[in-house]
Amino acid sequence: MAHGPAKGLSRWLFATNHKDIGSMYLWFSFAMFILGGAFAMVIRAELFKPGLQLVQPEFFNQMTTMHGLVMVFGAIMPSFVGLANWMIPLMIGAPDMALPRMNNFSFWLLPFAFCILASTLFMPGGAPNFGWTFYAPLSTTYAPPSVTFFIFAVHVMGASSIMGSINIIATVLNLRAPGMTLMKMPLFVWTWLITAFLLIAVMPVLAGAVTMMLMDIHFGTSFFSAAGGGDPVLFQHVFWFFGHPEVYIIILPAFGVVSEIIPTFSRKPLFGYSSMVYATASIAFLSFIVWAHHMYVVGMPVAGEMYFMIATMLIAVPTGVKVFNWVTTMFRGSITFETPMLFCIAFIVLFTTGGFSGLMLSLAPSDFQYHDSYFVVAHFHYVMVAGAVFSMSAAVYYWLPKWTGRMYSEAMGKTHFWISFIGFNLTFFPQHFVGLAGMPRRIPDYNLIFADWNMVSSIGAFIYGSSQILFLFNVIRTIVAGKPNAAAKTWDGATGLEWTVPSPAPFHTFSVPPQVK
Amino acid sequence: MSDIDKKGDRYIVAKLFLGAVGMFAFAMFLMPPFYNLLCSVLDINSPRLNTKAYVAEQVKIDTTRKVKVQFVTVNSASMPWEFHAGDTVLEVHPGESTRTTFHARNPTDHRMVAQAVPSIVPEQAVEHFHKTECFCFTQQTLEPGQEIDMPVVFIVDQALPADIRTITLGYTLFDVTDSAKTPAPAAKTDKKP
Repeated sequence: MAHGPAKGLSRWLFATNHKDIGSMYLWFSFAMFILGGAFAMVIRAELFKPGLQLVQPEFFNQMTTMHGLVMVFGAIMPSFVGLANWMIPLMIGAPDMALPRMNNFSFWLLPFAFCILASTLFMPGGAPNFGWTFYAPLSTTYAPPSVTFFIFAVHVMGASSIMGSINIIATVLNLRAPGMTLMKMPLFVWTWLITAFLLIAVMPVLAGAVTMMLMDIHFGTSFFSAAGGGDPVLFQHVFWFFGHPEVYIIILPAFGVVSEIIPTFSRKPLFGYSSMVYATASIAFLSFIVWAHHMYVVGMPVAGEMYFMIATMLIAVPTGVKVFNWVTTMFRGSITFETPMLFCIAFIVLFTTGGFSGLMLSLAPSDFQYHDSYFVVAHFHYVMVAGAVFSMSAAVYYWLPKWTGRMYSEAMGKTHFWISFIGFNLTFFPQHFVGLAGMPRRIPDYNLIFADWNMVSSIGAFIYGSSQILFLFNVIRTIVAGKPNAAAKTWDGATGLEWTVPSPAPFHTFSVPPQVK
Repeated sequence: MSDIDKKGDRYIVAKLFLGAVGMFAFAMFLMPPFYNLLCSVLDINSPRLNTKAYVAEQVKIDTTRKVKVQFVTVNSASMPWEFHAGDTVLEVHPGESTRTTFHARNPTDHRMVAQAVPSIVPEQAVEHFHKTECFCFTQQTLEPGQEIDMPVVFIVDQALPADIRTITLGYTLFDVTDSAKTPAPAAKTDKKP
C-alpha cells in the first residue's frame, strides 16, 4: 500500500503527517530565529558605541521587545515542538501523532500569529515597546495602539501551544509500542511529556493576563490600574506565574536532547536514567512555586522574599543531579567529538555557568543590585541561547542524517560550532561585567565606562549571528547534495527505536508497532 | 485496537482541554480576588490599605519625639489639574491628630473627576500612619476653573519604630472622568454616545 505524500502545496497546507508538520515547525522556527536575530543585530549595532547613532530610543525599545517575543514564542518554543513532532512517534514506535488534524491546525496558527505580531512594526505608534514581559501599566495605559494586535497574537500562539501539548500528551500516553513502559521511554520523550503538562497549566494563565490587559485597555476594567482600585503588582504576579514555568518549558526539552546525544557519543547508557526522570519532574513542580523571585524589588514582605529565595535555590538540587548525570555518563566513555557532541558539551559548560549566575540572582539581597541590569541579560542568554539554542543545533546535526538520509559536512558543522561558541561567549560574557558595574538593560545609550565591553559584545553578536548563516547553508547543502547515508543507524553508539527505521525515515513508519523488550 | 485508541484519545483530550480552560479561569477570575484577599489579610500592598478611616485610640500623645511628615503630590500622565500640598512638611508628635490641606484646581474647560491614590514611604511606617479624614476616600469632581482645598487629618501612632524620623505621604492624582461610577452629566453631554 504505497500511500505517499500529496503533491504540491496541498501536501503542506493539509499536512497530517507528523514528519511533514515537524519539518514545517522546524523551518518556521528557523525563520523566526533569523527574524529575532535581525532585531538583536539592530540592538547590538546601536550599542556598539555610546550615544545614539542608528535608531531612536522608541524604536530601540520596540526592538528589545520584539526580539524577546519572537525568540521565546517564535523560535525556541516551536523548534522544540517541531522536534517533538518528528521524533516522539519515532522514539515510542507510534505510526503518527494521536491527533493529526489538530496537529495541522496548531502549526498553521503560528504563521498567522507571527504575521500579526510582526505587522505591528508598520503600524502608527510602532510595535509593542514595553519589553517582552509587558508589565502593566506600560503595556496598558502607556502602550502604543498596536498592543491590541499583540494581545491577539499572544492568544493565537497560546492556543497553538496548548493544542500542540494536548497532542503530545495523548500520543505519549496512548500510542506507545507494546512493551514501551513509561520508564523505558527515551528521556527526550519524558522531558516533553512533562513540558506539555507545564504548557497546559500556564499558557492559559498567559492568556488570562493578556485578556485582563485587553479588558483594562478597551472595556474600562481596572485589574491593573491603581486609579480604579486595581494593582499593577498583580500583573507581575500573574505574568511570572506563567513566566517561570515558561523558562522550564524552554529548557526541559533541551535537557531531553542532551540526554539523548551525550550517551550516543560517549558509547555508554545514560547514567542515572530514573533520577533524570524524577529530577525533571521535581524541576517542573518547583517551577510553580518560585515565580516571585523575578520581582524581589516590588516591596514584598521579608518573609515572602525569604520563602521565594530558598525555594529558588532548591531548584539547583535537581538541576545539579542532571549536570552530574551528564558528566558521569561521559566519565570513562569512549568519547568522540562529532558536531552534536561538541554542542552538547558546550551546553553543559555554558548552561552550568548560566545556572551559577542564576543562583547569584536568586539571593534576594544581592538581587537588589543586579535587578534589571545587564547581569540579568547575561544570565538568561546563557541559559536560553547556550541552553535551548545550542541543544537545538545539536539536535539538528544529530537527527539530520535520519531526516534526510544524507550526511552533513562535519567540517562545516565543527566550524559552525566553534564560531558559535566563541561568538556567543564574546557577546554575553562581558555583559556580566557591565551588569555588575551597573549598566541597566533595555537602554539605547550608556555611560562611557561601559564602552569597551559593549563593543566586544557587539562584535561577538555579529560573529554569532553570521555563524547561523553557515548553519543554514550546511543544512540546505545536506538536503540537496549531502553524501547519501542510507544506514538505519547513523551513529554507532546510538540506541532507540528511531535508529531502527531506514534513512531517510519513510513517510509512514511503525504502521505495525515494534515489540520493545 | 484503533477504536480503543480513539476512545482513549478523546478521554485524554477532553481532560487536558478542561484543564486548560480551568487554568484560564483560575488566572482571570480567581487570581485577582485571591491576590486582593491575601494582601488585605496579610496587610501588604493592598490598594485599599490607605483608604480606610482610622478610629484613634485615646492614649497620650508621645511628646518625647517628633516625626517629620513630608507631603508630595504627583499628577499621573495626562492629568492637567493643578495639584499641590498646602504644607510641604510638618513636624508632629506620635499620637497627635494633625490637619493639613491639599489644593487642587481644574484649569480645563470641562468638568472632571479625579481620584487620588496615596502611598507612604518608608514601607515600615505604613501600618503606623493613619488617616481619619482624607480626600482620597472619595472622588473629587471639579467644574471648569473651580478650585478646592481638600483636608487630610492624620495621626502617626505611638508604636512607630523609633528609627523612623521622616515619613513621606505622596498622592498621585488620576483622571477618572471616563470611568467615574456616577458620571457627571455635564461631561456626558459633550461626548458622542
